[in-house]
Amino acid sequence: MHTVIVGNGVTGVTAATRLRQLQPDWKITLVSGESAYHYSRPALMYIFMGHMTYEATKPFEDRFWRDQRLDLVRDWVTGIDIEDKQLVLHRNGRLPYDRLLIATGAKSNKFGWPGQDLEGVQGLYNLKDLHQLYKNAERTERAVIVGGGLIGIELAEMLHSRHIHVTFLIRESSYWCNILPMEESGMINRLIEEQGIDLIRETNLKEIVDDGSGKVEAVITEFDDRIDCQLVGLTPGVSPNTDLVRSTPIETGRGVLVDDSFRTNIPDIYAAGDCAEIVSRNGGRNLIQQVWYTGKKQGKAAGEVLAGEDTAYDPGIWFNSAKFFDLEYQTYGMILSTPQPGERHLYWEHPSHRHAVRVVSADGCIKAFNFMGIRARHEVCERWISERRTVEYVLDHLEEANFDPEFFVRHETEIVRSLKEQLA
Amino acid sequence: MSTPPAGTTLIDPETIAYFYDEEADGFGEPATAAEAPRNPGMMVSAGVIGLGFLALAVILFGMPLSGDWTPFLLSFGLLSAGTIGYAWFAYKDTVPGIKHDGIMFGNTTHRGAIAWALGIALTGFYVVLYWWPEYLARAIALVEPLSQALAGQPANQWFLYGFLYTMAVVLFGFRMFMRYRHNRYHIIRTISVMFFQLVLAFVLPQFLRALNEPEFYFSYFWPLKYDYLFPGTVDYLVNSPGALGSFMVFWGAVCSFIATPVLTYFYGKRWYCSWVCGCGGLAETLGDPWRHLTPKSTVSWKIERAIIYAVLLLIILTTAVLWVSSTSDGALSAISAPLKQWYGFYIGAVFAGVIGVGFYPVLGNRVWCRFGCPMAAVLGIIQRFFSRFRITTNGGQCMSCGNCTTYCEMGIDVRAYAERGENIVRSSCVGCGVCSAVCPRGVLKLENGTTHGDRYPGSDKPLDAFSTAVSKGARVYGDRDGYV
Repeated sequence: MHTVIVGNGVTGVTAATRLRQLQPDWKITLVSGESAYHYSRPALMYIFMGHMTYEATKPFEDRFWRDQRLDLVRDWVTGIDIEDKQLVLHRNGRLPYDRLLIATGAKSNKFGWPGQDLEGVQGLYNLKDLHQLYKNAERTERAVIVGGGLIGIELAEMLHSRHIHVTFLIRESSYWCNILPMEESGMINRLIEEQGIDLIRETNLKEIVDDGSGKVEAVITEFDDRIDCQLVGLTPGVSPNTDLVRSTPIETGRGVLVDDSFRTNIPDIYAAGDCAEIVSRNGGRNLIQQVWYTGKKQGKAAGEVLAGEDTAYDPGIWFNSAKFFDLEYQTYGMILSTPQPGERHLYWEHPSHRHAVRVVSADGCIKAFNFMGIRARHEVCERWISERRTVEYVLDHLEEANFDPEFFVRHETEIVRSLKEQLA
Repeated sequence: MSTPPAGTTLIDPETIAYFYDEEADGFGEPATAAEAPRNPGMMVSAGVIGLGFLALAVILFGMPLSGDWTPFLLSFGLLSAGTIGYAWFAYKDTVPGIKHDGIMFGNTTHRGAIAWALGIALTGFYVVLYWWPEYLARAIALVEPLSQALAGQPANQWFLYGFLYTMAVVLFGFRMFMRYRHNRYHIIRTISVMFFQLVLAFVLPQFLRALNEPEFYFSYFWPLKYDYLFPGTVDYLVNSPGALGSFMVFWGAVCSFIATPVLTYFYGKRWYCSWVCGCGGLAETLGDPWRHLTPKSTVSWKIERAIIYAVLLLIILTTAVLWVSSTSDGALSAISAPLKQWYGFYIGAVFAGVIGVGFYPVLGNRVWCRFGCPMAAVLGIIQRFFSRFRITTNGGQCMSCGNCTTYCEMGIDVRAYAERGENIVRSSCVGCGVCSAVCPRGVLKLENGTTHGDRYPGSDKPLDAFSTAVSKGARVYGDRDGYV
């Protein structure tokens, strides 16, 4: 049995290692055009900032692949021959498969802005983008970033670390406030401005100006303001990368359509991770998940399915984390930017604006947490949510959830007092 | 829809890129058209440091030294003020947080020419200190007034060394305060190493000299300070006038055989290695800029295990042979004397000093602690099998970025555990806490736990883990190869 996995990101690699655990004798091949070895995509920023070498972003030593008999092919897959069960490779001819997992990830959105293909305009998702950033940064003194998500702020931090002046153009009234509640979002606005980055809110990009030689010279906003710059970072989110299957019989929606065992409509072809769109069983909304953790979790489940196990993907209780400059953020359970019907939000923020906690409940039971500048125990938060603990219980035991390093100033007393007052 | 004909290109050729070779070329320092903001305070401080070195050079190579304070205060005053100023101005206007921008691009911090020059200078200093101290005569004369003030006795090369060592710990300890001012763990443990170095390993021994008592370092124990349990030292201390010498022997034995296992059981080896020990103190202060240089490969881990336990066995053997020799009227003296001399030369001087500190800028700040120190070996065995200390991993939050592994001064691949949600129980971990500090996702926490269930899977009895390890050999020692 030969299983081929297209993509060596976290989903493809997790699927491969899980499959190897379950099927020690199968032939497993990973194909990637992006990099020779798996690296940690979230660590891209640390290479540019000089925190880490590229080598250090690889979670496994190179010998690991040999030891585990996971064959690596550095090539781009240009087509899928479904009848003959073969992949068409750019340089190396054809690669037959018995089972195929598509884990091609996502790609940066572009919204058809005039000038979006000029030299100096780019997103940040993969190694090619990083390479591009090195080239584009050479002539850059000032940069504009369009789109206020996690990649946008990472790119801002990267450029800022090299002393490039950054203007951050966001459509929303506050950073990432389509995801974060206003208070948390406001903390991050402060941080951005504290770093000396210009945050321009409620402003859309109108066009990117050519300097006459095909390079970026400036951007023009919807209010006809001109901002000179030599680099434009376009980071308005990512979409499933379905390029490979777009003109095959494999069905796609926004992503590659799969059931909750990652099966596409074609037998023996599976898709998982950022590129997949999991069709809801009961007619609810389809699931597209595009963060590291879901990529890993989907990859593990997909590896089991590939091995012949009867695994159905359970997204479990949502969690995520990020670091905005020096502010750490963790979330457990799903919190939307505004309270949903029946939800109760309790919120505490330290006067320094460097620590905050949000506790969300419905019908008196805990539903979700946001932590800013405080580390929380995943296991405890998840358990409380799944056990539907009452808010009172959670507040009385809040210190059990603390995961800050030893000797850190603890804020539980103030937090609990403040949240209980709000509760009363 | 039909299957596309063979060889059809479906994806956009634009997305096909082989124009970079990340393996061969890597990614170096990005060039930009932006200029780094000037920091006049840092420039002035660097100038002051330069003046300090100039003053030092003039004093060492020319000026007559009459034993007064002026040259001492001038040279070391300028060096200290410049170093403090440099750290102050480097960080005072920054937002508190992790400061690793450009570490991998730095000439000093990433094995550039400056790093090699510093490595050669440090190595050279140790070589001269151990084997040609006569060349340090003028430097010793320079610190003479301090020696007279503290000990009422002339300075020698070991006083000079102790002074420079302590100065490095204190000045670079200040740098740690500035750099980690958002992190109380680092501030408190830095205060601790500064205190132990300054008071127990420098001032107190000098006072003891002033009182004509044996010069004793209360923060060093056998087997690191190997001669403290050698029969010669024990005889000398016990026979020195007054009760203090006997107390010193008692103190050393209690610390080696009682305090070490008890404290390590409760807090892990960190209580010593990154809170008390002078070698650790220097590594955590002066050595901090080079912590990421420690090799991380599995091969380096194998080398570490081979060497560190060999050194431990060697010092146990040496000590035992010396005792047999001294208690049996000279039996084994044919090997005990050369063994003692050999260990002192190759391990005590060459490994711990010349290589251990001299190689900081090239191989990282814990070369000795990781590969050589027999005390670390003992503490490590206790930590691995009988301690409540571990680094816990926060559920599924790891995103495998590798900051923890990169900045682990002991070369532990922390990420390999964190990304699998496993706690880190490794004999080499000195508990410096930097992995936890640099983690951008809040995944790692140093803890003194209460249970054993998570550290010895399938067993709540630590001794079981130990016996398994003994019966299966090194693989259970903590095997990173078993990913799948």
